[in-house]
Amino acid sequence: MKLLEYQAKEVLASLGIAIPPGKVARTPDEAAAACAELGPVAVKAQVPVGGRGKAGGIKLARTPDEARAAAAQIIGMDIKGFKVPLVYCETALEIDREIYLGFTVDRDARANILMLSAKGGMEIEQVAEESPESIARLYPNPWRGPLDFELTQLVYEAGLGELARPLTSLIKKLYRAIPELDAVTAEINPLVVTKSGEVIAGDAKLEVDESAAWRHKDLEQRYGGVLEGDPFEVEAKKLGLTYVSLDGEIGIIGNGAGLCMSTLDLVQRAGGHAANFCDIGGGAKAEVVQNALAVILMNPRVRGVLMNVFGGITRGDEVAKGLVAARDNLKMQLPLVVRLSGTREAEGRKILKENGIEPGANAWEAAQKIVELTRVAAK
Amino acid sequence: MSILLDASSRVIVQGITGREGTFHAEQMQAMGTRVVGGTSPGKGGTAHIGVPVFNTVADAVKATDANASGIFVPPPFAADAIMEAAASGITLIVCITEGIPIQEMIKVKDFLRGYPAARLIGANCPGLITPGVAKIGIIPQNITSSGPVGLVSRSGTLTYEVASALSASGLGQSTIVGIGGDPVLGLTFRDVIELFEQDPATTHLVVIGEIGGSDEERAAELLARGSRLKTVAFISGRTAPEGKRMGHAGAIISGNRGTAKSKEEAFRKAGVAVAETTDEIVGLLR
Repeated sequence: MKLLEYQAKEVLASLGIAIPPGKVARTPDEAAAACAELGPVAVKAQVPVGGRGKAGGIKLARTPDEARAAAAQIIGMDIKGFKVPLVYCETALEIDREIYLGFTVDRDARANILMLSAKGGMEIEQVAEESPESIARLYPNPWRGPLDFELTQLVYEAGLGELARPLTSLIKKLYRAIPELDAVTAEINPLVVTKSGEVIAGDAKLEVDESAAWRHKDLEQRYGGVLEGDPFEVEAKKLGLTYVSLDGEIGIIGNGAGLCMSTLDLVQRAGGHAANFCDIGGGAKAEVVQNALAVILMNPRVRGVLMNVFGGITRGDEVAKGLVAARDNLKMQLPLVVRLSGTREAEGRKILKENGIEPGANAWEAAQKIVELTRVAAK
Repeated sequence: MSILLDASSRVIVQGITGREGTFHAEQMQAMGTRVVGGTSPGKGGTAHIGVPVFNTVADAVKATDANASGIFVPPPFAADAIMEAAASGITLIVCITEGIPIQEMIKVKDFLRGYPAARLIGANCPGLITPGVAKIGIIPQNITSSGPVGLVSRSGTLTYEVASALSASGLGQSTIVGIGGDPVLGLTFRDVIELFEQDPATTHLVVIGEIGGSDEERAAELLARGSRLKTVAFISGRTAPEGKRMGHAGAIISGNRGTAKSKEEAFRKAGVAVAETTDEIVGLLR
């Protein structure tokens, strides 16, 4: 789960890290009130994605009227597919310098990596490419976390020795997000040193591990419901299905993430575009198939459905019967192509054919067929 | 011949009395795997599906000389189960469990450094099978057949898909290894390919990768140094939507690696044939 900026800052504050004064506003009036209380503020869109400044999601407001106008513009705005649910009004900082501090999981090293650089701010990726040595790195032992001297080394290596004391203490606090919250990525960029010498989190990004959600139910309860999200994805989640919305015209059902992804690739190769996909996981129980089909069809852009199921030890004839029943129960009219494999697949295909569902001999043929059928249906 | 698993492997199942553990242990027995026991804390001293049950892996190893284990316990207990297996002397640990917290797996990887003889496959993987001989995990035996092709994959169902296409075309497999799709896992493509290189019975290799991470690129670097295996690679996810990125931390450490394009290019540069669809794999392998 990716937290919004104000949520991430709330977490940082709970770990003892300084953040600027700020207030959440769900309406323009709330933003005006926040500005009246805090003085000049930055009105910031709250979306779980980078690049909001460039998208017009951050505006400075000196007066309550300006804050009201800014919030009216930003709330409801679409930033990279996310509808902005609320803004965060935050006191602007007197910036002396900007530092980069973050950690993430280094997949290749199978370890957490802590990173610190004196060259913080927007261009950090460019810094990483052009002068990687200016980003100091540390792989803390996962059982005991970073030791004091390791952090001191990190800070000096980053050329930030004059801030050794406040920085080592701050990094230790940030690191607590790993053992205490199962954070997999945290980033403070910029970490601001103010003109008066304080070290404050200017921005904050925090992602916690979905696989550890069972031991952090409080986080989900507190922060999970703020973003509206894709209504179809919400519905699919209720049914226990993995579902992703895309922007094409063909619905895809498959079992297993790899198979779903390779089916998307095939549809694109055949000249079509996926509207969404639903991973039904192992097996293909009739009830699960029907739920998946129902969720796929909720999206009005869908003009045809491709189902690619690898059965293994699942019986093809049973999958076919379940599918015919699901289609009839849902009164589905759109073209449906099914690629079935597994035991008794010939019987399965016969049942499909008798019931007006196109069987594909292999996945590639099935992808071509559904692309063709949706084109015909569109005419 | 095969890698990692053969007729002499003595296998226990951790979580043998659970629903999944029971079903898959029976499937493993049905194809001839030497399942010598299982564990289930509190049920030590009983028998289940014809084999003895122990409270701990240490007890099981002492009584049965087991050297391999399949783990079917729920996510909150799985990381501990892996470490227990390693500490008890098991050298092939196969963890099927999906949904282990990443931070737990990072600790596991660190712990395993103290047990260099222990090899971990997974977690969140279908396991491995040496067709006609033995399996640990959930790969359906009916889609496999014995032969010269080594198959290593990050995906579950795609592995089945490719194995069954190979079998249908008369291309049997030496061993099939599903390494799993989690960000932090045990054996990598590279580790498994090194084992296939040393197995005289394996003459061909299929690598099924997917977007994310750079294990595929590292495998390609290894193959580029020269290989006796005739290899085909396939990468799924070339049209998958980009994950909506939030911070820069990921990009700082991985740069442009991780995309389907980067992986395919790495394999091509290594002289490995790249299949654009799974249907092309068989043709390219012949």
